Amino acid sequence: MSADGLNIGKKIDPDVVATNPKTPQVGENYILTDKFEYDNTIVRNFAIAMMGWGIVGFLVGLIVALKLVWPEFLGGLPQLSYGRLRPLHTNSVIFAFAGNAIFVGVYYSLQRLCKARMYSDLLSKLHFWGWQFIIVAAAITLPLGFTTSKEYAELEWPIDIAITAVWVIFGWNMMGTIFKRREKHLYVAIWFYIATFLTVALLHVVNSLGLPVSILKSYSMYAGVQDALVQWWYGHNAVAFFLTTPFLGIMYYFIPKAANRPVYSYRLSIIHFWALIFLYIWAGPHHLLYTALPGWAQSLGTVFSIMLLAPSWGGMINGLLTLRGAWDKVREDPVLKFLVVGITAYGMATFEGPMLSLKNVNAIAHYTDYIIGHVHLGALAWNGGLAFAMVYYIFPRIYQTKLYSLKLANFHFWAATLGIIFYATSMYMAGIGQSLMWKEFTVEGTLRYPNFLQTVTQIVPMYFIRAVGGMLYITGALAAVYNIYKTAQQGTLIRNEAAEAPPLLKAPQTNEHDGHWHRALEKKPVRFAVLTFLAVFIGGALEFIPTALVKSNVPTISSVKPYTPLELEGRDLYIREGCVGCHSQMIRPFRSETERYGEYSKAGEFVYDRPFLWGSKRTGPDLHRVGSKYPDSWHYMHMKDPNATSPGSIMPGYPWLYTDQLDISHTEGKIMTLQKLGVPYKAGYEKVATADLVAQARKISEGLNKSGFNVGPDKEIISLIAYLQRLGTDIKAKAPVAK
Amino acid sequence: MEVIFMLIGFSLLSALGFLGAFVWATRTGQFDDNYTPAVRMLLDDKKGNHQ
Repeated sequence: MSADGLNIGKKIDPDVVATNPKTPQVGENYILTDKFEYDNTIVRNFAIAMMGWGIVGFLVGLIVALKLVWPEFLGGLPQLSYGRLRPLHTNSVIFAFAGNAIFVGVYYSLQRLCKARMYSDLLSKLHFWGWQFIIVAAAITLPLGFTTSKEYAELEWPIDIAITAVWVIFGWNMMGTIFKRREKHLYVAIWFYIATFLTVALLHVVNSLGLPVSILKSYSMYAGVQDALVQWWYGHNAVAFFLTTPFLGIMYYFIPKAANRPVYSYRLSIIHFWALIFLYIWAGPHHLLYTALPGWAQSLGTVFSIMLLAPSWGGMINGLLTLRGAWDKVREDPVLKFLVVGITAYGMATFEGPMLSLKNVNAIAHYTDYIIGHVHLGALAWNGGLAFAMVYYIFPRIYQTKLYSLKLANFHFWAATLGIIFYATSMYMAGIGQSLMWKEFTVEGTLRYPNFLQTVTQIVPMYFIRAVGGMLYITGALAAVYNIYKTAQQGTLIRNEAAEAPPLLKAPQTNEHDGHWHRALEKKPVRFAVLTFLAVFIGGALEFIPTALVKSNVPTISSVKPYTPLELEGRDLYIREGCVGCHSQMIRPFRSETERYGEYSKAGEFVYDRPFLWGSKRTGPDLHRVGSKYPDSWHYMHMKDPNATSPGSIMPGYPWLYTDQLDISHTEGKIMTLQKLGVPYKAGYEKVATADLVAQARKISEGLNKSGFNVGPDKEIISLIAYLQRLGTDIKAKAPVAK
Repeated sequence: MEVIFMLIGFSLLSALGFLGAFVWATRTGQFDDNYTPAVRMLLDDKKGNHQ
């Protein structure tokens, strides 16, 4: 009954046949096909954007990798400092490279699976240019230091709003195409695309909620533990619904196409799709194991993460087994080579994921370079592999030619694969090695490596090998760009590819005319329902969240007080410079950590942290208890030239903090914004905040002057020192050095 | 920690949405045939049909 492809032709309205110029002839086995055209231009445009931004993203990655070997490489310029470039790297690779790759895959396969042109050429164009505009905005604002510092959600609020708008345009265009499809069955890839659209919209909106202070500065709607929970609910699902589900959809289209074999088990693809999207949404807390997050929430994250192994491997197995009997093709075809390595890496990364979610494994791997290796296995092999496989598949077809050079494609494949191996193995060794050094005790019961730097200099050679791996990967990608360029040059783009398919007939009672406008009407309520749901949902969320959260900010530890205006400004500098990229502020309850850093971190200490700055990586030591550990003068020397206080450090200097004046024009606004968010500054405090700030800065400056460092109270470094000296001191029992 | 209840709410809401989609898909016969869709998607390219 649903075999729509087979019973076409049973119901033919004679009137319509008579008016149709292409009246079927006796013996022809098709009837009443619609003629239409696939839009290939938009696919080509997204592919160019994908490759262009990909190269940029990889290069920025290489630069930050080299900075970890030679900290002064491209140093001295605030816009090119490690802390500001790292989010640029992650954002450009995730949203510019993988994002545009998703759109290449969706725009190419959706049209063909639905047997319909995209719903609207205008929406396609708006989507394309809107997305590129957002990327440019990110590439400008991140190096300038405008960041929320929430990982993979660093962009400030006006760009967040633009992302929402462009994402809705994308979804509208996609759903419109699905509604006007000529193929009743939604192929499994389309399910993956729909889940991607809906869930990313939800995640982005919920996590990005904040209250603006100025045009490019906002404070998170959530504080401390709550912010951490929302962030990693978002962060992990960004991996799930931005880097996994759309690429699984791409896999389900391009693997069968490239191998010319139906997918191994269509039933498995359906089952693992539903299982995957049901389970993924609660895996997030595994990013916060052993932190101040309540234990039951941590366990919940672990349980769901372990269960995820099944649907993840369902996809991996289904992809690889599709090639049964076609492995000879893998030997020849670069498309299949990239797909196979990509899917294999997906299988490895989704095995690592659940393992890393086990508390005992996480205790060793978290905060280390192991995680960097893990994510790059996913990004370089799975996302990168599928993206390039897709481009190698699509370009010869839409340009009606052959791939320019098979040799070059094979070179790309081997350079990329080798690069990934160098990258992953060096990071695994660096991660495990450093973690074991952090945890090692002597027989006397003291830390074997009490100086954090010892554990850093040990792994710098690994950082070098990683950079070599990255360089290999970029070389391969450049070969791909050249190869694709030459392929395009030798062919001609079929901008609009002619296709025909029988229309999708609705319940064939009444006459055709009636059914026709009926159909149009039937579609509308669905569209309206979706849009209404979205609108209500977003509106409701905006109303509900602030009220629910403001009152929950009652401090649980009475000695924990809001930041002073100077500390607040210093904290915003800490955010601007991306310190959180290398320094955590979350001491886990292990003896190796309390010995090294001090008392473990408590949830109640973070109630005024907007955003939370727990971090996810310790390239440098944890800073949660750094307050009053060193004198101001130590910080003064350290930030200017880290090697002066810590020989061998790979932290760059921050000379501009010593010359730039602290911008206090927004201090009053910041205090007012935080008051609105429920931070208990007393009424009217915003009026005296600036005066308070100046007084505190003067005190620090005088102290430094006494130690022989001549620095004015108006310099940025003063406020950063104030913040660092405050960190973790609220609940500190009398500082041990004070005795 | 109240935010966790909000997140559970959102997660349940989206899970319910997915469940609804699953029920709809099953009822409208999307999964009645687990064989032809996988083969049909291979057949859409008609060579020589280009403009």
